[in-house]
Amino acid sequence: MELLDLTALQLGQKIKSGEIGVREAAAASISRIRAAEPAVHSFVSFNEEAALTRADEIQKKIDAGELSSPLAGVPMAVKDNICTKGVATTCSSRMLENFVPTYSANAWHLLENAGAVMLGKTNLDEFAMGSTTETSYFGATRNPWDPSRVPGGSSGGSAAAVAAGEAFYTLGSDTGGSIRQPAAFCGVTGIKPTYGSVSRYGLVAFASSLDQIGPIGRDAADCAAVLAEIMKHDRRDSTSVPTAAPGLSAVQNGSVKGMKIGIPKNFYGEGLDSEVRDTILKAAEQFRAMGAELEEFEMPIVKYAVPTYYILATAEASSNLARYDGVKYGYRAKDYADLAELYTKTRSEGFGMEVKRRILLGCFVLSSGYYDAYYLKALKVRALIKQAFDRAFEKYDMILAPTAPTTAYKIGENTGDPLKLYLGDIYTAMINIVGLPALTAPCGFDAKGLPVGMQLIGRPFGEEVLLTAACAYQRETDFHRRRPSAFLKGGDAQ
Amino acid sequence: MNYEMVLGLEVHVELATKTKIFCSCTTEFGGDPNTHCCEVCTGQPGALPVLNRKVVEYSVRAGLATGCSITQRCKFDRKNYFYPDLPKAYQISQLYLPICHDGGIEVETEDGGKKIIGIKEIHMEEDAGKLVHDPWEECSLVDYNRCGVPLIEIVSQPDFRSAHEVISYLERLKAILQFVGVSDCKMQEGSLRADVNLSVRPVGQKEFGTRTEMKNINSFKAIARAIAGESQRQIELLEEGKRVIQETRRWDDNKGASFAMRSKENAQDYKYFPDPDLTPVMISDEMIDEIRRTMPELPEPKKQRYVKEYGLPEYDASILTGSKYLVQLFEQTVALCGNPKEVSNWIMGDVMMLLKNSGKDAEELDLSPAGFASLITMVQKGSINRTVGKKVLAAMFSDKVDPEQYVRENGLEAVNDDAAIRKAVEEVLAQNEKSVTEYKSGKEKALQFLMGQSMRALRGKANPQTITAILHELLD
Amino acid sequence: MMITDELVGYLEELGKIRLDDGEKVQTKNDLQKILAYMDTLNELDTNGVEPMSHAFGNENVFREDEVQPSADRDLLLSNSERKKDGSYMVPRTFE
Repeated sequence: MELLDLTALQLGQKIKSGEIGVREAAAASISRIRAAEPAVHSFVSFNEEAALTRADEIQKKIDAGELSSPLAGVPMAVKDNICTKGVATTCSSRMLENFVPTYSANAWHLLENAGAVMLGKTNLDEFAMGSTTETSYFGATRNPWDPSRVPGGSSGGSAAAVAAGEAFYTLGSDTGGSIRQPAAFCGVTGIKPTYGSVSRYGLVAFASSLDQIGPIGRDAADCAAVLAEIMKHDRRDSTSVPTAAPGLSAVQNGSVKGMKIGIPKNFYGEGLDSEVRDTILKAAEQFRAMGAELEEFEMPIVKYAVPTYYILATAEASSNLARYDGVKYGYRAKDYADLAELYTKTRSEGFGMEVKRRILLGCFVLSSGYYDAYYLKALKVRALIKQAFDRAFEKYDMILAPTAPTTAYKIGENTGDPLKLYLGDIYTAMINIVGLPALTAPCGFDAKGLPVGMQLIGRPFGEEVLLTAACAYQRETDFHRRRPSAFLKGGDAQ
Repeated sequence: MNYEMVLGLEVHVELATKTKIFCSCTTEFGGDPNTHCCEVCTGQPGALPVLNRKVVEYSVRAGLATGCSITQRCKFDRKNYFYPDLPKAYQISQLYLPICHDGGIEVETEDGGKKIIGIKEIHMEEDAGKLVHDPWEECSLVDYNRCGVPLIEIVSQPDFRSAHEVISYLERLKAILQFVGVSDCKMQEGSLRADVNLSVRPVGQKEFGTRTEMKNINSFKAIARAIAGESQRQIELLEEGKRVIQETRRWDDNKGASFAMRSKENAQDYKYFPDPDLTPVMISDEMIDEIRRTMPELPEPKKQRYVKEYGLPEYDASILTGSKYLVQLFEQTVALCGNPKEVSNWIMGDVMMLLKNSGKDAEELDLSPAGFASLITMVQKGSINRTVGKKVLAAMFSDKVDPEQYVRENGLEAVNDDAAIRKAVEEVLAQNEKSVTEYKSGKEKALQFLMGQSMRALRGKANPQTITAILHELLD
Repeated sequence: MMITDELVGYLEELGKIRLDDGEKVQTKNDLQKILAYMDTLNELDTNGVEPMSHAFGNENVFREDEVQPSADRDLLLSNSERKKDGSYMVPRTFE
């Protein structure tokens, strides 16, 4: 088996046993990155030298028996909206092009301590606002399965890097589907943990009540291994909750026998591509064959999820992104007559159009006169959506749904129509509104050969159930092992 | 026409915590620019706030001390606006559910009566940074050291009808907050700042007039002047048939006039919404009881206790309990030397006089209770006389001398040797025959002169009663 | 809800963003469509529903009042383009 075809856990095992050196692994990833980047552009920045130096340091620590993590020495990458001390963190925005954080995000800090070797920072939609990675100031990322198509977003770089074999796993962030939808488009596995289970400290905020960091990997076991490192209580994040990370061996050895899986009919209606629907329902049958019980149920409130999401997310974003004013960090306009002009020029020149649109929308829903009708209304609908999920989880252990209404579409196909793009978040954004954990895993391909992802939604802090089910599914299927043809082989791929 | 003014106050008070409200940076005053700062209080991307427990405790204390109800489930909101002293471009504050509400403080009215000023609410918030104008570069420099220092804003009802009531309220409020230990309320360091809302209306009119707001006036005297100046301005406008415009005005105490701030600062849409980075604060009955139980005694009950327990005159007790610093000196001194009435007399008389002459506030008083107690004890025991005692106190006040050492080194011990005093008096009588004659012919004043001469001969150290007794004995 | 030029201008002022003429037209159209979609929430009866800021919340998350060292000032300032004597520089704010 080629080094680059291993999962993160398999590689970690071979590094631990001495069969593969950390530098060897990093060098393999680097050579794949060199080969793949011109076509895929997963990375905003990568630093070969730093990665190799780091690999040698980690090798020494492993040899000295100082690192016990099963992921020690495994090359990985971090979404470029997660602060990495001393390494530029741009949010794929002109605004933060030269911003070098003075501290590390908690999630990255934990992985760093566990012996992760960071190759670089992955591309995203500007400030994580988008679902195509096209709004990046540094250019779009392309889907490794078909470079004329989007990888999804906003964690498009993190998903594409895993799909193209450039990194063994990556960190992404998910505010309305930003881990799950690109993971689905790129045929890899990703999980958005329960709100509060991974610290947001150091994640550049988009919408604080919705944002969560999570892993993207080659399979569910890799995701579980990353979660085991990063699901730790952090006193610096008030919304962080002390909770137990999923047990790796429980996840790897569990089954779905007797598990009750709900199929929300309203997730499968109008707007869902029929090939996607059929593929997901086939996965449902697979779960049944593995011993799970399936039951359809109604969840009519799904149609209100997207408007609710966009009110909440833009409101919080308009406030979170107000700090970019050219004074303390980031882009600063060159010519200005006074303070007011410094602000407007800096922000007008530093932000791209989608970010501006969302800031303006957020200002609208919070402005006096409209607050009650929009923002407050959305907070109330949020409560109704939560009630709907609470009711569902009285009956079911897990909900099975599509991740996205379609497979990956062409670059530029949806750029002119923000509303159409927003509707693509329908199955994912709803989950962030209520903070639940949700996982996506590949479950088939459409006629064009593009991957389809299914979404498993769990109870609060029910990550272990989701990962166990996905792991069981991946023991019975091989969709997650398939690679885009251009990246089937080692470092010399096109 | 006769007008009356209607005033409301918004008082910002810095809490006396060691660290900022949402991060662990020190709240110490001063320091080089931006050296009391971290990722959180400078608003770095990705940094998050975590609430200082003490801020909640102090805010509840302040609420209980001012008769407020406590909001047992309160939250923080973001107040969004752009200004360089606000690094996140929002201030974390409380709009929808402030921590305390509906209290009141008793104040003194102009005619010496009493009335209650209502407190609408008290909310917690973070202070902003400081801007300094740099004349060399024609720019402003931003220092975030104060940014994130915890504040409470105490919002009164529009219950004031005179500057006298406003000052009385501020004095009481300051004393209360100092007593319960939530703030040192030093106006010169900006730890107590008041915004004054003022409108005028013809006497008898029910509706309020249009109000203006004057921000951050930095002394009680300036507040009184600002109220006088602004009410006069408004009355003149109305008299001329003009309208008062609702706006924020800046009081320039040097010019003795208020000026409108730029209109942009008047029309603001702060887009308040609940801060998603912070969790609700639930304040249980047990927590309130605990804070109430451990709260230091408030000025009013303390005053009553002084009158009852120590037999102090009501007036003296109210002056003493008007300042935490006088109370500290009084109570610690009494603990050392007893005799509360005597200690009170010394504070009411000499200490207050020294403060007044040096133009200092009680909070700047730097007199050690141990030294003060030993001074009072020396006078009580007669080892120095009262006149010498006053001199020693003045030296303690200005040069922080140790009283016993000072008395010793300057040879101020009282002359208690009757023979020595008799000898000195006899000499004075011999040298002042004219005065003796005058006295004997009925001029009482001459005795005062002989007394003074005798004391002078004894270098002021004798007990005046002893001298008087000997004089009478020799003359009568 | 009708989106007017004035409203777009007001939002630009609130967000400290200036759009060019083309962006303005585009934004007006986009907001019009998006807000119409958001207005579908009015179909839901939310009378008596408690607004929910967080999906599920912990509460009373506190720090103890203990001083920790502050950050390295020069490091913090290194991300700022304009600074002087340890302070950030902005156009003059005093009238």
